[in-house]
Amino acid sequence: MLDKIKQFASEFFVTGDPLILGAQVSIGLSLVAIIFVLTFFKKWRWLWTEWLTSVDHKKIGIMYIIASILMLFRGGVDALLMRVQLAAPELEFLHAEHYNQIFTTHGVIMILFMAMPLMFGLFNIVVPLLIGARDVAFPFLNSLSFWMFFFGAMLFNVSFIIGGSPDAGWLAYPPLSEMSGSPGLGQDFYIWGIQISGIGSLATGINFVVTILKMRAPGMKLMQMPMFVWSVLSSCITIMFAFPILTVTLFLLFIDRYLGAHFFTLDGGGNPMMYINLIWMWGHPEVYIVILPAFGIFSEVVSTFAKKKLFGYKSMVFALMSISFFSFFTWAHHFFTMGSGANVNAFFALTTMLIAIPTGVKVFNWLFTMYQGRITFTTPMMWTIAFIPCFVVGGMTGVLLSVAPADFQFHNSYFLIAHFHQVLIGGVVFGYFAGLYYWWPKMFGFRLHEGIGKWAFWFWNIGFYVCFMPQYALGLMGMTRRFNEYDFDMGWQPLNVVSTVGAFLMGLAFIFQVWQIAHSIKFYKKEKDGDAWDGRTLEWSIPSPAPLYNFARLPQVTSQDEWWEEKQRIASGEPAKPLAPLEPIHMPKNSSIPFIMSLCWFIAGFGFVWDWLWMAIPGMIGVAICMLARSFSYDTDYYIPVDEIERTEAALRGTK
Amino acid sequence: MAHAVSTPAGAHGGHGAGHGGGHHDDHHDQESLKMFGFWLFLITDVILFGTLFATYVVLRLNTDGGPTGAELLEMNGIIISTFLLLTSSFTSGVAVLEMNKGNKRGLILWLAITALLGASFVFLEVNEFMHLVHEGATIGTSAYWSAFYVLVGTHGLHVSVGLVWMTALIFQLSRRGITPVTKRKVSIISLYWHFLDVVWIFVFTIVYLMGVM
Amino acid sequence: MEKHNTHTHDGEHGSHGGSMKSYVIGFLFSIILTIIPLVVVLNDLLSKTATTVLILVMAVLQFAVQLVFFMHIRDEEKPRFNLMALIFGLVILLTIVAGSIWIMTYNAVA
Repeated sequence: MLDKIKQFASEFFVTGDPLILGAQVSIGLSLVAIIFVLTFFKKWRWLWTEWLTSVDHKKIGIMYIIASILMLFRGGVDALLMRVQLAAPELEFLHAEHYNQIFTTHGVIMILFMAMPLMFGLFNIVVPLLIGARDVAFPFLNSLSFWMFFFGAMLFNVSFIIGGSPDAGWLAYPPLSEMSGSPGLGQDFYIWGIQISGIGSLATGINFVVTILKMRAPGMKLMQMPMFVWSVLSSCITIMFAFPILTVTLFLLFIDRYLGAHFFTLDGGGNPMMYINLIWMWGHPEVYIVILPAFGIFSEVVSTFAKKKLFGYKSMVFALMSISFFSFFTWAHHFFTMGSGANVNAFFALTTMLIAIPTGVKVFNWLFTMYQGRITFTTPMMWTIAFIPCFVVGGMTGVLLSVAPADFQFHNSYFLIAHFHQVLIGGVVFGYFAGLYYWWPKMFGFRLHEGIGKWAFWFWNIGFYVCFMPQYALGLMGMTRRFNEYDFDMGWQPLNVVSTVGAFLMGLAFIFQVWQIAHSIKFYKKEKDGDAWDGRTLEWSIPSPAPLYNFARLPQVTSQDEWWEEKQRIASGEPAKPLAPLEPIHMPKNSSIPFIMSLCWFIAGFGFVWDWLWMAIPGMIGVAICMLARSFSYDTDYYIPVDEIERTEAALRGTK
Repeated sequence: MAHAVSTPAGAHGGHGAGHGGGHHDDHHDQESLKMFGFWLFLITDVILFGTLFATYVVLRLNTDGGPTGAELLEMNGIIISTFLLLTSSFTSGVAVLEMNKGNKRGLILWLAITALLGASFVFLEVNEFMHLVHEGATIGTSAYWSAFYVLVGTHGLHVSVGLVWMTALIFQLSRRGITPVTKRKVSIISLYWHFLDVVWIFVFTIVYLMGVM
Repeated sequence: MEKHNTHTHDGEHGSHGGSMKSYVIGFLFSIILTIIPLVVVLNDLLSKTATTVLILVMAVLQFAVQLVFFMHIRDEEKPRFNLMALIFGLVILLTIVAGSIWIMTYNAVA
């Protein structure tokens, strides 16, 4: 009996690697520590009622951001491990299988569990405020989206210590990802983790499209919305049409693995190229999904810190919407070299080049906004200014890659790696950092320490260039991606060493950011009022942090940059508009169903991964029961009475 | 967000005055928000099925030397299934008409008929699958059959989920009657049902008609 | 059943859009549009290409019948977000199907 248990444990838990053992121990210790702290300070009830069952978009946003920062840490550690391994030829720090697991998890985590949740977090904390709404269209669904993401990410992450990580790359191409190439559990953790999380993403896409189209404050026309809201709309439209493709593709791979189907196998008439075709039909729009909101953030930051109305509003909107639409027509540029022929390649080369044009329009508009503005170099503004040259260069290397014949040289080399990291870090990460710093005071009522923030900024930027510029050269010198080692004779070491130094500089930058947050909390300086930056848009017209109901009275909007216009009217001596009487505010109740339902999905996914139907089927039944429970619940909201609104407003605004 | 009040008339009047702000529109908007949200969800389901159709079309000739659709698919059962589903789409429309007339019993009756027709459809489909497996065409036989089972089966699963949902709704209707909330729920499920009929039209055409041509 | 004064959000889905007459007409159209392809296919009445075109056209028409007679797409008030979303979705759908067929023609397995 004991032998059987030992046998099972040795297959269940990942063993044999000191790094992994270290991770298992520290995860165990952290869990114990968390449980201890919660019990000692008697915070279980608080956690449940204030956070786990909350349907408040502001809290959901904060939870998304916390999760993404933790994932940034894990993905970053993966990167540092790889860079260490590559710093010298034929190093034996990471063996090939382990290296494969690390680049796979690095990619999945950074894109799906770091960038996406950080993005959704920013959507949540501020979009309702920007449009003068009290919450999103479907608060319950919003909470469900978060918990689906959380449990999907947990399922993926747990594979590291239980069962084994996936190792077939972040997009898991068949036939390697089929049972024949990957008989282990890692690939199934991959499928279920991403699938569960993806359902949450799709729901968020729908939620914000409805919110933006239908819940704007009275008077706010579409062409008067803040640019960030337009960018969220265009991104969410893209999410709506791209994510179902991912859902199907992963499902088909699962059916291949679980039921012996032949969608993408090498035998039985299967065609692996169909997977590549389908996964990139999702994959290309996905990268536009993450960059469009970053563009929106830059528009907000630039106009706020140049104290100037955004230049070219209409063309900015047109650019966002056309990028969103045309992103669905470029996908084959990810597999130019895989045999589709000249006609197909020529078409997609052309569409790829064309899509660079609207982005160019946006860059010029940001520059024109800054021209003759009165610029203050706050950290959000610095991140924005740094983004422009970085992303433009990264985008240009993209156009180089879009030349299909040239791509036969670049494909899967370090040139490609440098390109996509440049646009993802220089575009997406810099943008979301700018947003985080910009809206931090609105979320928490205090701002982050500027000085430490500038240290983080410089280390990130210098580290980025030091890490990735050599990689363009390495690519041109022939270094291929996903190699865990290389020969001394290749002459690649010097540039690899430089690149590794750059990576560690970025790691240092991250430590500065953590220090910045800790320092700012410790030396907490409450914001004087809700308008941290002398802002232009509606979120700055309410206290920080925003009250539960956001706006005591829904704002009446008459123009773009409504809050700025309102301040100008007040400054020019116009009499204040008479305030409408307060009315009870209709709010959604908390619900435990999103958390429980997502937990059931986790259980079902875990069961399917291990092929334990005794776990998987009850899990799915749990999901169904949760959905029915929701369908049968009619008591799902309440009203905040007027006197409570009055008290809250007095307390928040009284302390000016 | 569900409607705050389950008693009709009452609380609405209290907020009904001409205040043009968003608050007054809150309750009413809830139901139309949910209709719009569901419509968008249906569009994402269109993409989902579209991807399955694309996969089917690409793999339709990949029978790996094994049995083909033309050999094994039987049109008689499919003709019956198709008319069952078509009729159920019609009966769901009649249910909505009953609802608009305020006739709770008529609404429930026609929803139940719709569900029965849907259940017959699923029953015939399960039978068909069992027959095919018996004849040697499983999901693992070839890429063609993998695509067949997943495309047709996903539609069947959607119908089955719809049946459970319809049953739950019938329970809620019998308890609570016709309210703005239950009206919205009926409208949404009937939209879902019509959508499934549309998908079936294309399954019928592309998988079955083109399969036996 | 309560009546709403000016907020006829019911209007777009049911009380104005549907009538027994329109549902019956829609139903009959659907039946006809199903019978025609069946007859043509099961009796080999046309060439392969012509049959394919015909049955696809019939399917698309039946889709339109569902949209107009059962899903009341024409009753939407401006702005017609539902219609816009549908058109966008159909464009993407066509891209997925046609794009896959085109690309996979060059990537077919033996």
